Amino acid sequence: MARFRNRLAVAGVVAVVCFVLLAARFFYLQVLRYDYYSTRAEDNRISLVPVVPNRGLILDRNGTVLARNYSAYTLEITPSKVADLDATIEALSKLVDIQPKDRRRLKKLMDESKSFESLPIRNRLSDEEVARFIAQRYRFPGVELKARLFRDYPMGNLGAHLVGYIGRINDRDLERIEENDDSANYRGTDHMGKAGLEKSYERELHGTTGFEEVEVDSGGRAVRGLRRTNATPGNNLILTVDLKLQEVVEKAFGNRRGALVAIEPGTGGILALVSVPTFDPNLFVDGIGAQDWDELNNSPDHPLVNRALNGAYPPGSTFKPFLALAALMSGKRTPGQAIADPGFYDFGGHHFRDDKPGGHGMVDMYRSIVQSCDTYYYRLANDMGIDLIASIMGQFGFGSRTGIDIEGESTGVLPSPEWKRKRFKRPEQQKWFGGETISIGIGQGYNAYTPLQLAHATATLAAGGVMYKPHLVKYIESAKDGSRRAIESEPIKTIPIKPEHLETIRRAMVGVNKEGTGARAFAGAPYLAAGKTGTAQVFSLKGGKYSAKINERLRDHALFIAFAPADKPTIALAVLVENGGFGAQSAAPIARAVMDYYLLGKLPAGMAAEDPAAEGSTGDAGGD
Amino acid sequence: MPAVTDFRFSLRKWLAGVLSPLDGPLALIVLAILSFSTVVMVSASPDRLDTLAMNIGVAFVVMWTAARIPPQRMMSVALPLYVLGVLLLIGVALFGDVSKGARRWLNIGVARIQPSELMKIAMPLMLAWYFQSREGMLRVRDFFVAAALLLVPVGLIAKQPDLGTAILVAAAGFYVLFFAGLTWRLILPVALVGIVGVGAIVAMGDTICQPDVVWPGLRDYQKHRVCTLLDPTSDPLGKGFHIIQSTIAIGSGGVLGKGWGKGTQTHLDFLPERHTDFIFAVLTEEFGLAGALLLAVLYILLIFRGLFIAAGAPTLFSRLLAGALTLIFFTYAFVNMGMVSGILPVVGVPLPFVSYGGTALVTLCLGVGMLMSIQRHRRRVGT
Repeated sequence: MARFRNRLAVAGVVAVVCFVLLAARFFYLQVLRYDYYSTRAEDNRISLVPVVPNRGLILDRNGTVLARNYSAYTLEITPSKVADLDATIEALSKLVDIQPKDRRRLKKLMDESKSFESLPIRNRLSDEEVARFIAQRYRFPGVELKARLFRDYPMGNLGAHLVGYIGRINDRDLERIEENDDSANYRGTDHMGKAGLEKSYERELHGTTGFEEVEVDSGGRAVRGLRRTNATPGNNLILTVDLKLQEVVEKAFGNRRGALVAIEPGTGGILALVSVPTFDPNLFVDGIGAQDWDELNNSPDHPLVNRALNGAYPPGSTFKPFLALAALMSGKRTPGQAIADPGFYDFGGHHFRDDKPGGHGMVDMYRSIVQSCDTYYYRLANDMGIDLIASIMGQFGFGSRTGIDIEGESTGVLPSPEWKRKRFKRPEQQKWFGGETISIGIGQGYNAYTPLQLAHATATLAAGGVMYKPHLVKYIESAKDGSRRAIESEPIKTIPIKPEHLETIRRAMVGVNKEGTGARAFAGAPYLAAGKTGTAQVFSLKGGKYSAKINERLRDHALFIAFAPADKPTIALAVLVENGGFGAQSAAPIARAVMDYYLLGKLPAGMAAEDPAAEGSTGDAGGD
Repeated sequence: MPAVTDFRFSLRKWLAGVLSPLDGPLALIVLAILSFSTVVMVSASPDRLDTLAMNIGVAFVVMWTAARIPPQRMMSVALPLYVLGVLLLIGVALFGDVSKGARRWLNIGVARIQPSELMKIAMPLMLAWYFQSREGMLRVRDFFVAAALLLVPVGLIAKQPDLGTAILVAAAGFYVLFFAGLTWRLILPVALVGIVGVGAIVAMGDTICQPDVVWPGLRDYQKHRVCTLLDPTSDPLGKGFHIIQSTIAIGSGGVLGKGWGKGTQTHLDFLPERHTDFIFAVLTEEFGLAGALLLAVLYILLIFRGLFIAAGAPTLFSRLLAGALTLIFFTYAFVNMGMVSGILPVVGVPLPFVSYGGTALVTLCLGVGMLMSIQRHRRRVGT
């Protein structure tokens, strides 16, 4: 019995010792290391949640809204959290309207993203649909209703190429964001600019992401907010573009394909940048449906190509005023020096024909431009030589990027022996032939420039050789305090041109619209417009006669360059109508419509008097 | 003839009669711990309060009933209960339901039962009965028989595998042997080897926890538990998560705790199994060192009262049983608090009278009831 009591005592002592051990452990954790563990607990529960900034708006020079945000509900699915995706979508479609194209878009998004990402199945739910879903929400684990800002392009097709669009951030975008060290700023952002201004001004438009400290549970769900650093909304872009003018142009093109760029010569500000056919940028915002994509991408009209920046066309006769100026500048011609035009020019056994059978007779510089005499320029090109041509034309920006504030413009081709050496691989192809110089003289041959380059050169000519960098954005407006930062419109260089040389060219180009190839298009204009028609061969007729029966796609491109008022230009433009035939016929009337609207405020006959563009500027844009 | 007074008088008498089987101090201590548990549960898992109340009710009835059963009666069921328990364990091994990788449950048609739970009581009963039957002629040989009686069910439970219960059952049996007079010459060397062994494992944690090292006799998950204990950060999102988060909960509680219902670890779902095995972390996060010590003191009181009852028990059987049951409470409490605070491996042992769970509560109250019975019947069986 005593032994048993002994053992009880031992047991009691062991129990107490063990509990003292525990108490020591508690003391260690709760007193000695209290600071450490309370910090750990704090770190645990607090998580930084990004506050996505509102994207900046895009407005034209008159305040018409081209891109805005609006808030709406979207239904999103996280594929990895859904056991049977098809069944879930099927069940959802009983509550909200889900079209086959919504399903296809989801499938496409799933291919492009990771399975734990939350992807939209339906955007812009109606209030009724939201209510129906909320009532049945418990049935759909992995499906969430999210209030989100959507990008909206109220003008739709109008100006789509210049505005561009945003789209969901993909892996390639992510890499670029990481390279730019922007990852933190893009936490929580799932869209970014993919084309046009939306892309090139991404930095301005995006804004600075804010952060909210929230208490989270171990599953990462926010329980309540603690502190908040607000996001700085993206800046608004105020464009130099006059959207009404843009509309006039797009209407004037009708169903034809082509491009027009209008520039303010004294600033480089772009008044209109048109590429038709165009597309609806709204389609791209949340992932374009496969059918829409196929339609746009496979169309023979290539609506997605921005012809103004990426289409390279031979300038045809619109090249002539520049070459004439080059001749004056280099002293190869004087204005009065005349040639007798027999209707052809023979060089190296090759017969270069003029448009006009029998020739233009005696042709000086003025007549060569007004009547667009080819023979004059065949000879001139030969006299100048390719190197001189390339060097002076290069000064006008031909064959190099203009530096416009949209990414991805093409360089075009300013032909020269050097260019040919680089362009071709085989030695026999690399050699420059004298005959090739002759075609260059009339804007054919290897010549290929973007409509933007042509407009840029025209604006430089209109400004008397002062070159400004073309730009679409006039101001960047801070969404925070409304302060405006003007985009630089300082001249980037001045081409040394003698005033009398300039005057000769200007007079001749005015003559074009008064008594020459542009006279019919500009008949009765109350202002003085300088211009030059051009026709660029798509397909050599091999001596045959031009006929309307030729396949439409093989017809020549029609071009026209112009500036007005001729003595004090406020607008310069280049217009190209693909397969439009003669420049005088299809391109010049578009230029006339632009001038009439811009200088006189006159709308073309087909356009309604009331202002359809105004609905975009009613101020309901959700920019802030 | 005041009938009403008569009735009132009889009610009081009835109540006194009802409570009479209970041992006052034990009842008060258990009541105090259960109250504390309820307070913590209101914070940890308020939606389980209904079931908790029911569990407590059932457990009270079991305790009350057990307290009324005289020790002699218990002795008579010891052998059948043990045999039944072993048979059921064999049944589990052969036909048991598998759940979470372990075969612990036996489906007997009406319900699924966990025979290992029964062994926690049947084991000390059996061994106490055995030593009682050998009283006066105890030889060393008897300890070997007792050890065999102990190891068969423990082996079966460990095989399921259920390390926590196996340890508890083994401990229960060992305590009987200990109180029966198991020689120190055996206990001390084993204890020494154990301490050195644990020390060695802690010291060599890095090498022996390499994935390609196989531990003889232990399953992978058991090795994993020990290794995560040695270095919880080696698996912060897996097994180590429990230990890391419960340690953070305890440590961040400080001296006075974050306050009732204000534990961030608890309420933001960082604490795993916060209403069952890890409820001690909730308690310490919200009530701090003060709460932890209060609970520890209650357990010490419980243990001392149990040891006191054992000391005054009239027969060998009741002495051994009382001593063993008391140390089982101690083992539960120590192992649970040890694992939650990160000094013992996580072995699925509930905190006695605090963790949510009907079976464990009933088992524990059955033990308390048996202690009460021993205390109440000590004079009537004078020897």
